[in-house]
Amino acid sequence: MRLLTFKGGVHPEDKKELAGFAPIERIKPPEIVYLPLSQHTGVPSKPIIEKKDEVEVGMKIAESNGKLSVPLHSSVAGVYMGLVNYPHPLGGRKLAMKIKVDPERTEEWKSEEKEVGTLSNKDIIKIVKESGIVGMGGAAFPTFFKMQPPPDKKIADLIINGAECEPYLTADYRLMIERAEDILKGIDIIRRVINPDRVWIAIESNKMDAVERMKEVSSSYPSFNISIHKTKYPQGSEKQLVQAVKRQEVPEGGLPFDAGAYVQNIGTALAVYEAVCYSKPLYERVVTVTGSVRDPSNFLVPIGTPFDYLIEEAGGVIGTLMKVINGGPMMGIAQVYPEVPVIKGTTGILIQNREEVFSGIVGPCIRCAACIDVCPMCLMPTEINKSIETENFDKAEEMGVLSCMECGGCAYVCPSNIPLVQQFKYAKNEIMKRRK
Amino acid sequence: MLQLSPAPHISSSKNMEKIMYGVVLALVPALVGSVYFFGWRVLFLTALSVLSALITEWTFQRVTHREIRCFDGSAIITGILLAFNIPVNSPWWIPVAGSFFAIFVVKQVFGGLGYNIFNPALAGRAFLVASWPSLMTGNWTPPIGGTLSGLSNLDGITQATPLTLLSLSPRASVIHALNSGTMLKALFVGNTGGCLGETSALLLLIGALFLFAMRYADWRISVSYIGSVFAFSGILYLLGINTVNPTFHILSGGVMLGGLFMATDMVTSPVTLKGRWIFGIAGGLLCVLFRTWGGYPEGVSYSILIMNMFVPLLDRLQPRVYGRSK
Ligand code: SF4
Ligand code: SF4
Repeated sequence: MRLLTFKGGVHPEDKKELAGFAPIERIKPPEIVYLPLSQHTGVPSKPIIEKKDEVEVGMKIAESNGKLSVPLHSSVAGVYMGLVNYPHPLGGRKLAMKIKVDPERTEEWKSEEKEVGTLSNKDIIKIVKESGIVGMGGAAFPTFFKMQPPPDKKIADLIINGAECEPYLTADYRLMIERAEDILKGIDIIRRVINPDRVWIAIESNKMDAVERMKEVSSSYPSFNISIHKTKYPQGSEKQLVQAVKRQEVPEGGLPFDAGAYVQNIGTALAVYEAVCYSKPLYERVVTVTGSVRDPSNFLVPIGTPFDYLIEEAGGVIGTLMKVINGGPMMGIAQVYPEVPVIKGTTGILIQNREEVFSGIVGPCIRCAACIDVCPMCLMPTEINKSIETENFDKAEEMGVLSCMECGGCAYVCPSNIPLVQQFKYAKNEIMKRRK
Repeated sequence: MLQLSPAPHISSSKNMEKIMYGVVLALVPALVGSVYFFGWRVLFLTALSVLSALITEWTFQRVTHREIRCFDGSAIITGILLAFNIPVNSPWWIPVAGSFFAIFVVKQVFGGLGYNIFNPALAGRAFLVASWPSLMTGNWTPPIGGTLSGLSNLDGITQATPLTLLSLSPRASVIHALNSGTMLKALFVGNTGGCLGETSALLLLIGALFLFAMRYADWRISVSYIGSVFAFSGILYLLGINTVNPTFHILSGGVMLGGLFMATDMVTSPVTLKGRWIFGIAGGLLCVLFRTWGGYPEGVSYSILIMNMFVPLLDRLQPRVYGRSK
């Protein structure tokens, strides 16, 4: 079996066994949900309902606002309580629509399956936009926008990202096991719009049962290839997937379509299918709740559900709660408030207790070059860090700091625990500020 | 209160002290061998050297109000390596002075671990050679029952390393003896005169293989350095400029110690793969040049120290950034 791979990368313990065996479970909704207007990359949406209005599951409650924006839908039935300033999982407080849930009326989405049949690409893109679909692998980039690459870019390869390389997370894995047919239908819809020469479904080798499952159902789609990738972080990064599948690099500062590729996540493909064939907007998603909780789980949750509610649903914390992380351990964001809500890009919630929390003492760089060996973007983290320490941002830029995708591989291996990623974020910010 | 450190929230098992103590461990076989060949005085000198290194580092960090990190392992490495670079009949203060210089001037004054340009132990040795040349180079004890004893007596030189013997007395009989299989075997196993740590290539190799396996040192540097000494001295041998064969060269005078443990020092060697190959090859060439035409017979220390100076330059050999046009 030939495993596809990329240059560099690290091998953290994958810890998928914690939640990997837990089937996706629909939770009963919380009493209150908070839907931040800012759910995605781009402009936040604009509320279109009034305080005290009754809302239904899937009802549009905020509209898109500008070019790079999508609408927002209620994830529950209940009463709109108004806009509040509420903690946001990406940091700080942001405006959120507060909805008091009516558990009686909050039901599963019901609708007849429709044929894609006569829909034009334009229709599909419109549905995808109106359904509020964004990339569900974490980045939350509006999908309708991505589906319209510049006409001069020929897309040869459609790559569906089922790598799920972040340790602990198992949402995409469970989807591939449980919803394989629907995912493939979603992929087929994206394929119709993008019209690539080849379709790849990229899965890491630690999920062979998902590979088998996808192979089984994809036999009716002769143009689909399942590509098995080496279990290595960050295999699921767009640029690394393109490198692994196409043996070609995305030009510096460019996007996958500059290399003739289009990458979309498994969960997004499913959302596209449900939107197009069931008119179901994106108002719920699968979230892995894992780490130091009693019952690590994969929950299907209404967007806006507070994290602490889900932690309790997963049996509560084992030991002393130290960290609540939005996302996985490599790129996730540690939260100040455990009551932050799930947003469209929340792939998982990782809980660390006192025993698991990592706190290394920062030491001097001993020039071991481990960071250079693992950087998937072929950067020299130690050297870039040195130029940042001396505030030499021009040098940092010349050395490629803007290409850093903040995957955390370098900081993960650094024996002196130097906060390299934090430094690079800071430098990127400074460079962008200076450009303005 | 929730903890708020930035991602990543997990860390590899790599940690700096583990690396440093790994290197210490890798030096143990050679140390044990040295005690076997030269006697207990080896331990005495090594202990003095390590103590001196630790005390110097502790005092410096104390006086300058820095964090006390003298037990991170790096000072111990310097202490052992410095002791490995002195003759066994050195007076007790030689390792003390050498380690003091290595830690104080070469390491701490430059900013401490990670910021020093020169390998502290090597620079310490260079300091000792420059200050007390007769103690450092003309003062060799043959190992207990060693191979060279007969030869040296024959020559009227009572104390010599194979390499000094060659430069002091390049007679046909000596050369023939040096090129012999017995001699090479003795060099490999460790049965010859020399500094504490440079006698047994075999025991050094065992330690180095551990370092390579753990990735605490890059084999590329060792292979390129030692390979380059072998290649260039081999060329000179074939041209008739050098009288002893290349195997003798790589097994004697600290090429193994230098190539395996000094040149591979992370702090003072290049961080890129390309840089490391160049570092090793150029270092080996310099060593051969020094040996053939220079004043000192060993050449290893100076070749590596000079290459240390070029590291900032070699570090500019940045690999091509992903997606950047060629
Ligand atoms: S420098 Fe950036 S891209 Fe490279 S390993 Fe570090 S975080 Fe990842
Ligand atoms: S991994 Fe850390 S200690 Fe090693 S070279 Fe990079 S920054 Fe320095």
